[in-house]
Amino acid sequence: MKKLPKPDKLMIEPRPPRENWMETPTEFREGSWSYPAKAKNLETIGYPNPREWSITDEDWKLPENWQQIIHDGFKERLEKYRSLKIFMDTCVRCGACADKCHFFLGSGDPKNMPVLRAELLRSVYKNDFTTAGKILGRIAGARKLTLNVLKEWFYYFYQCSECRRCSVFCPYGIDTAEITMMARELMNLVGLNINWVQEPVANCYRFGNHIGMQPQAIKDMIDFMAEDIEDITGVHLEVPLNKKGAEILFVVPSGDYFADPGTYTFMGYIMLLNELGIDYTMSTYASEGGNFGLFSSHETMKRLNAKIYAEARRLGVKWILGGECGHMWRVIHQYMDTLNGPADFLEVPVSPITGTRFENASSTKMVHICEFTADLIYHNKLKLDPTRNDNVRVTFHDSCNPARAMGLLEEPRYILNNVCNHFHEMPENTIREQTFCCGGGAGLNNDENLEMRMRGGLPRANAVRHVHEKHGVNMLSCICAIDRVTLPPLMEYWVPEVDVCGIHELLGNALVMQGENERRVNLRGEPNSGEEENDHEG
Amino acid sequence: MIRNILISVCFVLALCAIPWIGVSFGMYAVFGILIPYLAGSILLAGIIYRVISWAKAPVPFRIPTTGGQQKSLPWIKANNLENPTNTFGIIGRMLLEILLFRSLFRNSRAGLLDDKRITYTGSRWLWVFGLMFHYSFLIILLRHLHFFLQPIPVIVKLVTSLDGVFDILLPTIYLSDIAFLFCVTFLFLRRVVLPKIRYISLVSDYFALLLLATIAISGILMRNVFKVDLYSVKQLAVGLFSFSPGLYETIGVVFYIHLFCVCILAAYFPFSKLMHMAGIFLSPTRNLANTNRMKRHVNPWDYPVQTHSYEEYEDEFRDKMLSAGIPLDKEGE
Repeated sequence: MKKLPKPDKLMIEPRPPRENWMETPTEFREGSWSYPAKAKNLETIGYPNPREWSITDEDWKLPENWQQIIHDGFKERLEKYRSLKIFMDTCVRCGACADKCHFFLGSGDPKNMPVLRAELLRSVYKNDFTTAGKILGRIAGARKLTLNVLKEWFYYFYQCSECRRCSVFCPYGIDTAEITMMARELMNLVGLNINWVQEPVANCYRFGNHIGMQPQAIKDMIDFMAEDIEDITGVHLEVPLNKKGAEILFVVPSGDYFADPGTYTFMGYIMLLNELGIDYTMSTYASEGGNFGLFSSHETMKRLNAKIYAEARRLGVKWILGGECGHMWRVIHQYMDTLNGPADFLEVPVSPITGTRFENASSTKMVHICEFTADLIYHNKLKLDPTRNDNVRVTFHDSCNPARAMGLLEEPRYILNNVCNHFHEMPENTIREQTFCCGGGAGLNNDENLEMRMRGGLPRANAVRHVHEKHGVNMLSCICAIDRVTLPPLMEYWVPEVDVCGIHELLGNALVMQGENERRVNLRGEPNSGEEENDHEG
Repeated sequence: MIRNILISVCFVLALCAIPWIGVSFGMYAVFGILIPYLAGSILLAGIIYRVISWAKAPVPFRIPTTGGQQKSLPWIKANNLENPTNTFGIIGRMLLEILLFRSLFRNSRAGLLDDKRITYTGSRWLWVFGLMFHYSFLIILLRHLHFFLQPIPVIVKLVTSLDGVFDILLPTIYLSDIAFLFCVTFLFLRRVVLPKIRYISLVSDYFALLLLATIAISGILMRNVFKVDLYSVKQLAVGLFSFSPGLYETIGVVFYIHLFCVCILAAYFPFSKLMHMAGIFLSPTRNLANTNRMKRHVNPWDYPVQTHSYEEYEDEFRDKMLSAGIPLDKEGE
């Protein structure tokens, strides 16, 4: 953090350079790029051109015919994805997207305007695949794929977090996430990838989760959290692992059982499931809901996602419940059934407590825990004491993917309104479908990229600061594991008074459990409101 | 970037000069018959080719961008227009997008206050002028049916008389002409004046606007200043459309500049960004229903992939699982 410029230095009014963007050389600014993928991580998954290399090297050790490889890969994808073709052809450069990107707002770098980010790819598309581009060249906005262009791709397509905010504003629905995904696929073909994407991918492939946690370690972590819950509430609970014949398979992002503050959210989940006596199991094999394949390639996404249905089939469950995670839910909602379905061996999810049939998940057979919990609260199945969360004044950060690739907007808000007494929304241009990224999505939440993360997170942090000053908000809630890792340093940098939590952490605090002790502390072990004064008196 | 503007100005000037010179050499057949037919064919064939090439590419995944509440629990109000789940919603969303530029209407401008606060203020100028531009273009096109159709359809007559409601000058100055020129000027100046937009603008962006402006100006000039022989124009147009073209040397060179630029626009259309008109209909983030978990979407080119099976996983960690008390499929030796 010390190396970072002061917050007020980070905020710059964007002034594009005088020369044409095609001529501006890419400057690899320290703090704004991610380390390349280690060879061993590419080997695990069988990606081409594994090697040790460095971004700052002149020679990136590309295969000799890299231009041909990318050209062929581009052609193949144009034939396979209508999205790519349409998005390459229809942009009129109206500029409506320009100031919608958090990375542009935070960095002022004009190539972070979604239109120009796409143009980096589009210019090569025009050169290689359009008549006008072939004849008119630069005049038609076409340019050859040179090494400098490729390096520019690497820099800027790893400065896009695939959040899709620009696509909400685009009059043609051009989705930069789709363009970035394609560009990253093309770069994968010649061995240009970042370690923060490929290591989780390799780990997830072999160990079942991003952090490479082995089965016994997962059990230890979960047991440890169960003990914490017992210390705080007096209620003993156990989390079934790899249990055959359970009704529900519960899949969470591994961040939730690995690191604070995700662990508190995890405690909330298992308290809820235990309190209701739900017959569920978790899996050490399918121990990851997240899927960094989304940030790497469609094929990898499929290879990693396959575990969830495979495990559901092996364990013989009826349906699947998923934890709070952003990109995980884009994969589950928009891709899983297509990639690895049909899930005809599962049943349409029915809540064992309320009897609600989740018709919206009738094909994929996987329900978001916020949908599940909102339904429970609506049917009065939970005893909640929201005053236990009175020490926090909460705001809610819509995670990009649940907002713009699902429309999961009201469910978390309904839960929040029932588990805490002080909930304040951020300004309307910064929430719901217009929500801003945390700055670390799509594999960019690594430390070497910290400055760019702080810049990218600026619009979000700015909105948090607004409600902090206006309503005294001190807790930023979210439903995404990457958020729970990325937002705390962002808050520390921009709005240090604000902490970060998941929705189910607040639910766990408010949940009145059978046979519980009086709660003196919340799940973080901090005194509950009112307790502090008592302590002083005592 | 100034260079981009200059290049497109040169292009358009050259395009005006070509028919001028051509007609002065008496090449009426070339500019009145040959080029219009050629351009018309390119337009038709080009659009068909482009749309087919788009349509031929499959939609492997259902990837709508959702702009409102999903349909989930029955007591939560779903937003079927911004996050459609049925045909009705899709049609509604597409109509809003195509007829009213819904997404552009959302536009806001980010600004920075002195206390380093970012503000987002609604910015509808682009939407207003964009919408006005497209609708005046449509009205002008409809009005031009006057020249091609005999008898003139009632709707065309109605549009024309409404459009010329303020007929203070003779011949009438049409509202749509004024609006169109006004919008083209706005859209052009925007690309010249705003630094960000100037930075992203390519030659083709300026060229398209200048070409449209040239067409509009030459049209107004021939009608209101040079007063070309409209009766002959109509005969030429009807002749072209009934495939019995005639030569009309009396019409005047402004008309041929107008016609030539229209032909260039038509021939340029299928190969340019102007195809966004057709592209919006096929945009997968807009025209797909968010029924992702309700109905299975099939990827036509799906193929099997290598995965890491549970058996391989258990083989690697059997001992550790056993000692941690995690159930196994095969007990260890």
